[in-house]
Amino acid sequence: MMELMATTTPLLVVVFFSCLLCCSFSIPTRSVDGYTITGRIKIDGSKGFGYPTKTSNIKVILNGGQTTSFVRADGYFSFYNIPAGTHLIEVSAMGYLFSPVRVDISARNPGKIQAALTENRRALQELVLEPLREEQYYDKREPFSLMSIVKSPMGLMIGFMVLVVFLMPKLMDNIDPEEMKRAQEEMRNQGVPSLTNLLSSRSS
Amino acid sequence: MASRFCLGLLLLLLHSFISLAVYEDQIGLADWHQRYIGKTKQAIFHSHKTGRKRVVVSTEENAIASLDLRTGDIFWRHIFGENDSVNQVDIALGKYVITLSSEGSILRAWNLPDGQLVWESVLQFSAPSRSLLYVPTNIGMEKDSLIFAFGGGWLHAVSSIDGEKVWKKEFPAESLDIQQVFQQDHSDIIYAVGFLDSSHFVVYHISVKSGDVLKDSMSSLPNGFYGSMVLVSGGILVALDASRSTLFSINFAGSSMSIHEKYIADIVPKCSGTAEIVPSKLTGLFTLRIGACMVLFKVNNGGHIEIANTFSYPTIISDSISTTEGNQAFVVVQHAKKSVQITVKFVNDLINDALKEIVELEPHRGNVQKVFINNYVRTDRSNGFRVLLVMEDHSLILVQQGKIVWNREDGLASIIDSTTSELPIEKDGVSVAKVEHSLFEWLKGHMLKLKGSLLLATPDDIATIQEMRLKSSEKTKMIRDHNGFRMLIIVLTKAGKVFALHTGDGRVVWSLLLPSLCISKGCEYPSVLKLKLWKVPHHHAMDESPSVLAVIKCGHGFHESGVFFIIDSHTGKVRISQKLSHSILQVIPLPFTDSTEQRLHLVIDSNFDAHLYPRTAGTIDIFSREISNIYWYSVDSVEGIIKGHSLQSKCKSDMEDGYCFNTKELWSIIFPAHSEKLAAIATRKSNEVVHTQAKVIADQDVMYKYISKNLLFVATVAPKAAGEIGSVTPEEARLVAYLIDTVTGRILHRVTHQGAQGPVNAVVSENWVVYHYFNLRAHRYEMSVIEIYDQSRAGNKDIMKLVLGNHNLTSPISSYSRPEVAVKSQSYFFTHSVKVMTVTTTARGITSKQLLIGTIADQILALDKRYLDPRRTATPTQSEREEGIIPLTDSLPIIPQSYVTHSLQVEGLRGITTIPAKLESTTLVFAYGLDLFFTRIAPSRTYDSLTEDFNYVLLLITIVALVVAILVTWVLSEKKELRDKWR
Repeated sequence: MMELMATTTPLLVVVFFSCLLCCSFSIPTRSVDGYTITGRIKIDGSKGFGYPTKTSNIKVILNGGQTTSFVRADGYFSFYNIPAGTHLIEVSAMGYLFSPVRVDISARNPGKIQAALTENRRALQELVLEPLREEQYYDKREPFSLMSIVKSPMGLMIGFMVLVVFLMPKLMDNIDPEEMKRAQEEMRNQGVPSLTNLLSSRSS
Repeated sequence: MASRFCLGLLLLLLHSFISLAVYEDQIGLADWHQRYIGKTKQAIFHSHKTGRKRVVVSTEENAIASLDLRTGDIFWRHIFGENDSVNQVDIALGKYVITLSSEGSILRAWNLPDGQLVWESVLQFSAPSRSLLYVPTNIGMEKDSLIFAFGGGWLHAVSSIDGEKVWKKEFPAESLDIQQVFQQDHSDIIYAVGFLDSSHFVVYHISVKSGDVLKDSMSSLPNGFYGSMVLVSGGILVALDASRSTLFSINFAGSSMSIHEKYIADIVPKCSGTAEIVPSKLTGLFTLRIGACMVLFKVNNGGHIEIANTFSYPTIISDSISTTEGNQAFVVVQHAKKSVQITVKFVNDLINDALKEIVELEPHRGNVQKVFINNYVRTDRSNGFRVLLVMEDHSLILVQQGKIVWNREDGLASIIDSTTSELPIEKDGVSVAKVEHSLFEWLKGHMLKLKGSLLLATPDDIATIQEMRLKSSEKTKMIRDHNGFRMLIIVLTKAGKVFALHTGDGRVVWSLLLPSLCISKGCEYPSVLKLKLWKVPHHHAMDESPSVLAVIKCGHGFHESGVFFIIDSHTGKVRISQKLSHSILQVIPLPFTDSTEQRLHLVIDSNFDAHLYPRTAGTIDIFSREISNIYWYSVDSVEGIIKGHSLQSKCKSDMEDGYCFNTKELWSIIFPAHSEKLAAIATRKSNEVVHTQAKVIADQDVMYKYISKNLLFVATVAPKAAGEIGSVTPEEARLVAYLIDTVTGRILHRVTHQGAQGPVNAVVSENWVVYHYFNLRAHRYEMSVIEIYDQSRAGNKDIMKLVLGNHNLTSPISSYSRPEVAVKSQSYFFTHSVKVMTVTTTARGITSKQLLIGTIADQILALDKRYLDPRRTATPTQSEREEGIIPLTDSLPIIPQSYVTHSLQVEGLRGITTIPAKLESTTLVFAYGLDLFFTRIAPSRTYDSLTEDFNYVLLLITIVALVVAILVTWVLSEKKELRDKWR
């Protein structure tokens, strides 16, 4: 049952692709034994979590490690001598999540290259790769607030105590003194040790 | 009721407080990261200009790096792709690092200060050939500063400013072997010299401006040649003839070529053996290795060869560099017993030494394998020299003025196997003064922490807090701790060196170089195999130290024998070393130990005979009792055959050897070569602990996990789809996953994924398998999970049955009993390529599991096993939700906070090992590649201990406050009572 589900979903994806990938862009240069894929990494460096967005540390990886390409200062990268077929480009950049890119190089129609992000199935007009999102690897420490202390187990204990100290007498006041006395009598008869008795007996 | 509610609230709050991810200020508390580059192949100094002095190196791990010449730290580093090996590296224009890679077909320029790619140029390639790079030394800032790259049969002139190809010239490569490309005295001519048809020597004179061949000349060498030739000076080359008995020098500078021959035995009568030219760039000199001699020859301008000096064999001679006075200097490194003698000489004065230093080196570094020299001008305007040594253990040492300035343990960049060992237990009592001191420190630390958390701390205080946390002496102690966080990680590197690293800070506790010990045992070309735990003492042998077994193979052949080393894990001393009489195919640790707690090991040789170790009478007793229960399997990944074996009787071939056993083939599974090719194999970790077989699911039902130590996962792909992504269409690709019982060879489960291909990464644990592969239809990576349940026990739910003993829970489990199994599986998309995958292990197996996924970006992602649960549905029912089942999504989430490497990368990630700590909640993680990374993680949070952040002082204050409040209320109530009584 589960197996069935897993295999039908991808099928849907394929159909989806063929509808979307109608526009292409031309970058290929036919060399002796393959094509050249050239693209650009675009990172908006203004915001971010303070990671160095130096392009010198970004790598672009073709087909899961078959070829690794490095990125120039202006963000451009190239893969050379790539045969026709369907390829996968991944970007390794710390602090950013890039979607892998599916690149189709047509064998019948030389020079026709199509690209689409595999994560959200978006077709690319040109091979400009932008991060899907920035990645924050650390939890943010909550700034100190009174609430955090109050919320902490110790804070709760103190809070509960304060509540008892101030609210109990109020509650006591509301009780009718007669009833109160009766209750105390009952308790004494039952022999329930009160805190005061306990403490005084200890101290004596 | 109210108290129950309160408790619930409290628990809830507690949970929300402890988080899985680390805070930024927690970096380095439990983790450490070390960066390496690997064994240096080539080093280029950049120390003439003002500013930071550096050395640019290319390494055997396919990296280039710029190192600080003062400290050895890495300024920047790039690791090239697997198929893009670095051939040559040089510095051009004083600001660009030029690399020639992929057999001379890609030329790149990197900015020297920051390692930014400046330009990249793809060179024409027609046939594999030598790859050479020539950067003229005199290129200034003029516009046409060209560099010359030869590779793939083409010579290219490339502008060093923008990488533009100015001209190219093909040298038809079938029979022509171009060996040197160089320029002479800043002339307009580039020379390309080489051999044609292995019997002719050719010189091409090429115009620098246009690339036209101005002149080519050829002369025949009747005896052929051997190896490579060396360029001695601008117009003279030296080569060795095919019989390796005659040296000839070729002088091609003039209008005609002249060849001088010298019979080696005539000029060096003392040395015997086969001769070999040592590749070098020494002006006017060259070296020849003849047997145990290293002979330095001088070649004069006429091409006349004469002997200059003779050294004994492990002597290393550097290339020559020009000093400020126009002299040429080079360095000779000779070995003594525990030190090396470094001698710097000038080419024009070979008798006197310009500098002579003796440097003590630790014995575990081995011999010097390469040496590079660099000069600098001292304050008194004389020449000073720096010498960079590449050692046998792959470490890198800079020597200046007779002292070691820095060294880098770059052998750790090539770890092959790793294991762990416990530290010694604390023996002596701790002195009172120490306790008082530490108590005071402890209080002080916590006061500071409290100040920090109340925002009262000054920046100085914060700095001290951070420093105290990082330098806590607790974590670097050399004794065992309660939680099992402190351990030794023992690793074996490609160079045959064993290191013990402390988990607290990653420092090297001891190290040991094995090859030299192998050679003394008559093992000529050692290649490293495996590292196994030999002895883990507990119970009665507690005071003995544990030991590890390192297996070294002699040579690379199939039938080569090997050497066993048993090494004390605490001291790094070799206890026993033993040369084996048989070859080593497989080393199988058995689950038995002898009376001294040594683990029994079975070594399978190439004839499929099994040999038992250690060889004592006690072990043979234990073994013969268990012999009928020992099964093992072998995998032939080339032929696609998996075979199961059992042990039989004593060896027939070797009757007197009582520790040798014949084996019998029990079963075999043959994968048809035309349709299936083995892609991945995975088994459960032998030391994995499973807490319970039963799994309670929603609506109070129970499922029984099928747990077997003999479960083998095998994945095969269609042979066409065995290559890279993009080489096949989805119709041609297929992936088949098998679950096999290794005792009986029974296939428990088989599933086919159409349109899927490798690379396949798999991990097996408890009753499940998770594997990662590429789905060509969707063009995305996918991960699948298979869970196996034991149906034969499914009936044991009725409580009455259990009470009446009418159940089969106590019946023995046997692989031969053909259990009914039920399989559940599910697949999900996953964004990244995966390099390695493993699973967390804990001491008792209670804690839930996390998958540790090494991604293509060299990060390690921790993914809860709950996401890979085949019982996930799109809309889980209320009871399933309570059980913790996550609603089904088509892809697995990537949560940035769950990267265990946080903002670090483990470059060139090759392996992740998980080690259970004594604390059930915690797993230690050690990842290695070019870099090393260690951390500890708690997959279900640290539920069994307080976190580092726990503030004891706040707890104390609360308790004090509570006590004070009790006293105050008591006093008040006493007074009130008294008042009441008076009334």
